[in-house]
Amino acid sequence: MPATEMLSGAEILLRALKDQGVDTVFGYPGGAVLPIYDALFQQNAIRHILVRHEQGAVHAAEGYARSTGKVGVVLVTSGPGATNAVTGLVDALMDSIPVVCLTGQVPTHLIGNDAFQEADTTGITRPATKHNYLVKNVDDVGRVIHEAFYVARSGRPGPVVVDLPKDILINKGVYAGMPTAPHKSYRPVLDPDPAAIATAIRMLKSAKRPIIYAGGGVINAGPEASRLLTEFVHLTGFPCTNTLMGLGAFPASDPQFLGMLGMHGTYEANLAMHGCDVMLNIGARFDDRVTGRLRDFSPGSLKIHADIDPSSVNKNVRVDCAIIGDAGRILAALIAAWKADAAKPDTGALAAWWKQIEQWRARDCLRFRQDMDPSSIIKPQHAIRRLYELAQETGKDTFITTEVGQHQMWAAQFWKFERPNRWMTSGGLGTMGYGLPAAMGVQIAHPDALVIDIAGEASILMNIQEMGTLAQYRLPVKVFILNNEYMGMVRQWQELLHGGRYSESYSAALPDFVKLAESFHAVGLRATKVGELDDVIREMLRVDKAVIADICVDKGENCFPMIPSGAAHNEMILGAEDEGPKKGGGPGVTEEGMVLV
Amino acid sequence: MLKVLMPDHDLSTRQAVISVLVENEAGVLARVIGLFSGRGYNIDSLTVAAVDEDKHLSRITIVTSGTAMVIEQIKAQLDRLVPIHKVADLTMEGPHIAREMALFKVAGVGEKRVEALRIADAFRARVVDATTESFVFEMTGATDKLDAFAALMRPLGLVEVSRTGVVAIARGPKGIHG
Ligand SMILES: Cc1ncc(C[n+]2csc(CCOP(=O)(O)OP(=O)(O)O)c2C)c(N)n1
Ligand SMILES: [Mg+2]
Repeated sequence: MPATEMLSGAEILLRALKDQGVDTVFGYPGGAVLPIYDALFQQNAIRHILVRHEQGAVHAAEGYARSTGKVGVVLVTSGPGATNAVTGLVDALMDSIPVVCLTGQVPTHLIGNDAFQEADTTGITRPATKHNYLVKNVDDVGRVIHEAFYVARSGRPGPVVVDLPKDILINKGVYAGMPTAPHKSYRPVLDPDPAAIATAIRMLKSAKRPIIYAGGGVINAGPEASRLLTEFVHLTGFPCTNTLMGLGAFPASDPQFLGMLGMHGTYEANLAMHGCDVMLNIGARFDDRVTGRLRDFSPGSLKIHADIDPSSVNKNVRVDCAIIGDAGRILAALIAAWKADAAKPDTGALAAWWKQIEQWRARDCLRFRQDMDPSSIIKPQHAIRRLYELAQETGKDTFITTEVGQHQMWAAQFWKFERPNRWMTSGGLGTMGYGLPAAMGVQIAHPDALVIDIAGEASILMNIQEMGTLAQYRLPVKVFILNNEYMGMVRQWQELLHGGRYSESYSAALPDFVKLAESFHAVGLRATKVGELDDVIREMLRVDKAVIADICVDKGENCFPMIPSGAAHNEMILGAEDEGPKKGGGPGVTEEGMVLV
Repeated sequence: MLKVLMPDHDLSTRQAVISVLVENEAGVLARVIGLFSGRGYNIDSLTVAAVDEDKHLSRITIVTSGTAMVIEQIKAQLDRLVPIHKVADLTMEGPHIAREMALFKVAGVGEKRVEALRIADAFRARVVDATTESFVFEMTGATDKLDAFAALMRPLGLVEVSRTGVVAIARGPKGIHG
């Protein structure tokens, strides 16, 4: 055996990917990455999924990552391949999703010369990634790839770009295998400080009106963290709410679950946040969709913030106790400390708090009226509820992705997630076009699962080309379009905040989604009235093929409850009857709030 | 860790001298500067140079200003950049020394020229270039000393100034890694 085997950069790359346990790469070829495609052709360990647009590749990798807990891998060419990937990278950055994106680059001697398909990829993606690399020496390829995976998955996860000039991919070098030394500078803190845990327990034990607010950090910490969260919530008897990113971290059917909080969260979750005296935030970041008007956010509470990213602490909301570390380890430490602590919680106060919460819950804030006459128009909420119920009957492990808009919020409100990693939505960036490619990535990772993209008719067109990928790999993803012929969320804001002037929010000249499905070798279905809905859903769930179900729903329905931007949690609009003066804004709508997104 | 240095709702701003030990690699300065511009933080001055060739370390000194909460954010944001080894807030962590170097070109003849030289002498500025109608003075010192010198030179024919920006180090035996 030769002491040092000489390999091309592309071969080193594939070896390193294999050593990282990579089985799937989502990509699109081009001149700069041809050496990698040539190496891929000559091996079987790594499967390449040919997407139809590089943005789709990144979202697919995100879906793969979020549903498996592994790092998603993307391969794109230089120039336009890399720039097309940028939206996906920012999406992964905002939602802390581990992705490694390999980009081709012009050969090193041409960098800076405006060569064909040259873009300053590391420059463009610097603020779009957690970190990025330009590899300038073939002997660095292996080390950089391993480092990229380490950075992508460690601490607060995120996307990492590795820019690979073509000559580096062709040159011969040596591969040193997996690294043995720890990273020189990047070593995030995982174990919580016992003093911070003790302080938190002291605050929690003396709470009269506590709440636990858990986010995507718990999901990112792995399924064990969700189990520990559930254990801790049961141990304390406290109410629990989840952010949009955290859905599934705590079982939705549990009586201690208050539903999602935030702009379109439940009445009980938001009022409990507003009225609590001790708040434990675990793995969430006090995002503006959650806090509403900052100066009125949970004004009377002691706040404990557990997060892996120290920069999240005291960024938006000043907290009284910070616990830095991995959510799972923090929860394990909290459980142990709660049990070891002799102090008794104030069960009388807690019972009174629950009584108050039950009164809020009794408002039944997600109530909607569906006329069940078979010829009635379908309410979007009813469509999701029936989809949920009929999907349960299949007994299949079910994964939901969404696009962005009203349908996304209704999905978050009406789907009952019992387990983590089953819900993929673009939270931080709010990227229309996320859901279909993300579903693709989920289905690749879970071939036997039921994977549904709950979509809007506007969003779905943003990455509709991925229907081709579904056909090529026979991925039976279900696209469930709540077709309201409007960019509904935009229309809703225009109705509530801009005097009903529906500027450019009508989805004109829509395609025939049934024919569109058929032209992509998928099954197209349509329901226009409530009497057709169940049959369409059943058929969609029955066929073992990709399906687009065009569900024509009420065009004027708004998503409630809603906390208008810049309003406080207790200024929530509960429903149409509660909207206040129709034109020009309901309660809580202020000029200050109007400038917010 | 219960935050002892809890940033409060105090909206008054302070200046901070932050030392950052970074991996000496391509793009690291762009990352730091991009962080400041992207998040809207101030940079009053920024200097960078390699300080340890063997360990591939560079040191960046940033003078910034903001509310206590913003400065805490700046440090936390810097600290989470991958190639950053150590972030130290010299302003908060005890006494430190901050110095700048500057070159001042002053052009003039007659009485003004003599006056410029006299003041330079009082400030311990060195003459590093001279013609019959100009001087270039070199001076090292605290920022306000350089400011004061520039103000005195202005009526005497100050043509241009080139300043390095602040470099700083903590007093006492302990290093930034300690
Ligand atoms: C790429 C992108 N562009 C624009 C927006 C702004 N936006 C948010 S929701 C929305 C409308 C979405 O319409 P549709 O997909 O039909 O969903 P609906 O709200 O009707 O359910 C728009 C344009 C966005 N989130 N993403
Ligand atoms: Mg729509």
